[in-house]
Amino acid sequence: MSDHAHAHDHKGHGGHGHDGGHGAHVGPSYEKTFITLLVLLAVSVAGPEIGIKWLTLITAFGIAIVKAYLVASRFMHLNIEEKIVSYLLLAALAFLFLFFAGVAPDVMKHRGNNWENVAAQDEVHRATTEAAHAPAHH
Amino acid sequence: MRPIATTRSATGIPTGRLAVWWVIASEIVIFGGLLASYLMHRLGHPEFGTAEYAGATATYIGAFNTLVLLSSSYSAVKAHQAAEAGNGPLAAQRLLYTAGGGLVFVLVKSYEWYTEISHGYTITKNAFWSFYYVAAGIHASHVIGGMIIMLILYPAVKANKELQRVELIGNYWHFVDLVWIFLFPLLYIAK
Repeated sequence: MSDHAHAHDHKGHGGHGHDGGHGAHVGPSYEKTFITLLVLLAVSVAGPEIGIKWLTLITAFGIAIVKAYLVASRFMHLNIEEKIVSYLLLAALAFLFLFFAGVAPDVMKHRGNNWENVAAQDEVHRATTEAAHAPAHH
Repeated sequence: MRPIATTRSATGIPTGRLAVWWVIASEIVIFGGLLASYLMHRLGHPEFGTAEYAGATATYIGAFNTLVLLSSSYSAVKAHQAAEAGNGPLAAQRLLYTAGGGLVFVLVKSYEWYTEISHGYTITKNAFWSFYYVAAGIHASHVIGGMIIMLILYPAVKANKELQRVELIGNYWHFVDLVWIFLFPLLYIAK
């Protein structure tokens, strides 16, 4: 196989959706995607300045999900990649949620039917009391 | 004589690209686990959002670093575009820009950490700062690793050889950017 230019094998090249195998990628331009990402970044930074908690969460995390989708689909070309890759990534995410679900109740809650996390409760109480009495930050 | 891996494919995509996706899948569990752990603790400890915790992170420095990584992701995909067109020297130059973005990111983060540590916000200060330094530190080590790989690829790509590797390191770099896209709101905005 030649060292020059494309060392993809043809199956993979075709699967990547190139027209003619050596042409430019079709779809939204990288420049448009980049500008969109910058605008979304600006909105996510400006969101907290408004001071409404639910709006901050939407602008911060909602926009993060949109930006992640744009990078994954347009820059990583996941939208034209072979399906096996999506299955692989979804399997990793499934394991992640499994691990999260296994430990989340014990970490996010500080008391249960038969147990109580006294140390965590004390720390929350101590820190929130200290924050309430602390002088205002800049 | 080429490695066997470049001459066969069992899944319909080149072996190298499949391997990078495999790495990315395992990194999803690593970074996802770390970020999920942080999220769990953050929801169970409302004090994480106060002044001595996340309240002390520098949002605008984090935003600037996000801008830097997004820009370097853009140059990485443009490098891939040049490689696809068979233009090795242009692809190599854009790889250099991408690595340069990584360098700026690491330098800004170094300055940021120096400032925070000198104000007493060390890794042992409290649980938030432990998460902060571990998450951002592991991410930064991935940025440095990506930069090193790009510099290793540079000579061959410039000589119009192994151009398929531009896409491979590009995919890795985009994932590093993806992780930061989630790290930024978690550590710098949610406070």
